[in-house]
Amino acid sequence: MHAPLGIDSLDRALGGGLARARLHELFAAEPADGPAAAGFAAMLARLALPPGAPLLWLRQEEAERAGGGLSASGLAQIGIDPARLVLLVPPDPVRLLRAAADVVRCPPVGAAVIELWQRPRVLDLTASRRLAVAAEESGVTVLMLRVDAEPAPSAAHTRWRIASTPSTALEADAPGHPAFAIELLRQRGRPDGGRWRVEWDREQAAFREAPLPGAVVPAAAGGPEAAPLRA
Amino acid sequence: MRVVALDARALRLGLAPGLTLADARARVPELAAVDHDPHGDRLWLERIADGCDRWTPMVALDPPDGVTLDITGCVEAFVLSSPSPVRFEQRRAKSRRVRREAEAGPDFSTAGLDCARPSARSERVGEYGSEAALAADIEHRLAAAGLTLRLALADTPEAAQALARFQSLPAADETQAIRRLPIAALRLEDEPETALRRAGLKTLGDLADRPAAPLAARFGEGLVEALDRLLGRADSRISPRRALPALLFERRFAEPLARTDDALAVLDDLAREAAIALEERHGGGRRFAGRLYRSDGAVREIAIETGLPTRDPAVPARLFRERIDALADPIDPGFGFDMIRLAVPAIEPLAATQLKLEGGRVAEEAMAALVDRLSIRLGRDRVRRFVAQGTHIPEQQALALPAVEVPDPTPWPQPPAGEPPLRPLHLFDPPQRIAVTMSEVPDGPPLRFRWRRAVHEVARFEGPERIAGEWWHVRVARLPDPPLSVLRRKPGRDAMDCDEEELADPADSPPQRPAQPLLTRDYFRVEDVRGRRFWLFRHGLYERETDTPDWYVHGLFA
Repeated sequence: MHAPLGIDSLDRALGGGLARARLHELFAAEPADGPAAAGFAAMLARLALPPGAPLLWLRQEEAERAGGGLSASGLAQIGIDPARLVLLVPPDPVRLLRAAADVVRCPPVGAAVIELWQRPRVLDLTASRRLAVAAEESGVTVLMLRVDAEPAPSAAHTRWRIASTPSTALEADAPGHPAFAIELLRQRGRPDGGRWRVEWDREQAAFREAPLPGAVVPAAAGGPEAAPLRA
Repeated sequence: MRVVALDARALRLGLAPGLTLADARARVPELAAVDHDPHGDRLWLERIADGCDRWTPMVALDPPDGVTLDITGCVEAFVLSSPSPVRFEQRRAKSRRVRREAEAGPDFSTAGLDCARPSARSERVGEYGSEAALAADIEHRLAAAGLTLRLALADTPEAAQALARFQSLPAADETQAIRRLPIAALRLEDEPETALRRAGLKTLGDLADRPAAPLAARFGEGLVEALDRLLGRADSRISPRRALPALLFERRFAEPLARTDDALAVLDDLAREAAIALEERHGGGRRFAGRLYRSDGAVREIAIETGLPTRDPAVPARLFRERIDALADPIDPGFGFDMIRLAVPAIEPLAATQLKLEGGRVAEEAMAALVDRLSIRLGRDRVRRFVAQGTHIPEQQALALPAVEVPDPTPWPQPPAGEPPLRPLHLFDPPQRIAVTMSEVPDGPPLRFRWRRAVHEVARFEGPERIAGEWWHVRVARLPDPPLSVLRRKPGRDAMDCDEEELADPADSPPQRPAQPLLTRDYFRVEDVRGRRFWLFRHGLYERETDTPDWYVHGLFA
């Protein structure tokens, strides 16, 4: 029932990893951290997806315009096969949540990312409880991605705050693997709290702990292929 | 300004189309004139043609003011299903075409019904009855919509069109009527028409008996062809506005249905009939179109689409309800629907399936059903799947198609191992302009840039990754310059971070490349001090393509 994230301390805090068939909330720390939060959501979805199952991503039309369109090649580079993705772009939050209710109730769906910007009035405690109950019944892992919003009471199993953080530089000071500063704000039935700096490794499909900023790059940080002997 | 169309009263006063408005006003000072609106007339004609679907699926427009119906074989069906008691005739109408001409102007119309009598080769008694009933029904319904018509029946579409437009006196039979038509009915160009008139040939009868060769030699091939089509010597058919569906089911009601729910129940019934027909053919449908014909002539179409072919009647039934719930303007039954049709435009192969042990097929179908439902409710363009495209232009690499069109996309190639993501998760379309406030050298990476009113200090970068335009898609008169720089690959790394070494800098070579589509983009993967990762590009090579290259942010990395 749990998908391990790959970092021991994090998995212990979560009781074995990300709980499948539950509602999880991911908040971008600042609006500019939206891409980081979206990336983290995609990575969690990758971990929670059963093999071959489709991933549904619901975005508001406005988010698609203001935040840039979801890019298939970008998803492929995170480790999600775009062929398994169905993208829904409803025009407003009301229809988005109605569609989300249908999606979450459909058992063949592996995971669903529900991206909502700001704080629409329709997303209240009832709406989130409805999603949480539906997720438990159907077994769909639901990742509620919130950008430009403040955490509020909800029926989510876990709640996270995500910010981007400087990556571990590769050779020639190139930006490295995606790195995030994550904070576990709340967890149902388990102690809250905890901050981690994590880095995503696509080949292993797992997170690993990111070294502190400014640390010297270990030779194998970029993987064996990325650190060859230079001529 | 000239007069385009006139109503019956104005015609009786001696006015004629083509007159200048000033002349017409001089003759009839109290003349009321409205602006000519060809587009509006066309839309009106389309609506009339939509309504004509109820008599035959073969409907063609004959602009500006005519509609041609092919009623071959329809008379019998019409009699069978007509609510009014009409004697049923066993004889099939062979190649009978009816043409109805509706003067499409807002108010003014000429009145009159011209019905060509059956041609000599068909038995007079029976057919006349049912065809007349059909004509009467057409006339009755369109009169209710406020139209006056000239209606004609003939063996070929051209003959029907000509009779409806030009017949002035009743004739003994169709051949007689056609022979009496003026040569204007041939719809020739001005020049041959004038030539014919000068030669003293005024009616089609004058032409019909003459040998074709001299006529063609003197007045052109076009005349003989038009004449042959009109007289039925050459084969001529209409091309219908809509393709004929593979399957069509309909229900007619003597008492119109006044509730949308009842109409939906009828659609469900028709879907069950369609399912049986589809099963016989070992096929399934992906599109189902329901058409609701209101008794006042308005037609409402609701169409649904599924990702996988289906013949389960519950699927269209459910989707029709979704569709009606999602309609922006709800269905208005008005005085009721008196006919409901369900069309399956195409049949796709669908073999009987067997359930798999793992339930794979069931999961696939449940997923397809979810996509169908969401596509109907949100609109098909709002439920998308990505399809890979063979191009290196970043924004064109994936095509987001409606998910119902791609039920089963192929997996994507794996990205290169060991690299961090080289393509951003979010792409801007179009790329957003940024102001680079500091960079080392004009063709180097940016060190500080401003985007959306925030200044970003670049901490790390990688690049440039040079992406040139697709010059093979641009037609140029001259060949463009060969690439003037050599990209030297660092061993062990991909071509992404090539060092660029210029061998020659031809300041004297004129700019020969075509301007906009071929500007090269130099992409940089950039991370600012707070850890936000951007994909920036410089549009145009410095000094070779442009002197002041613009900078854009094209995407955001996770």
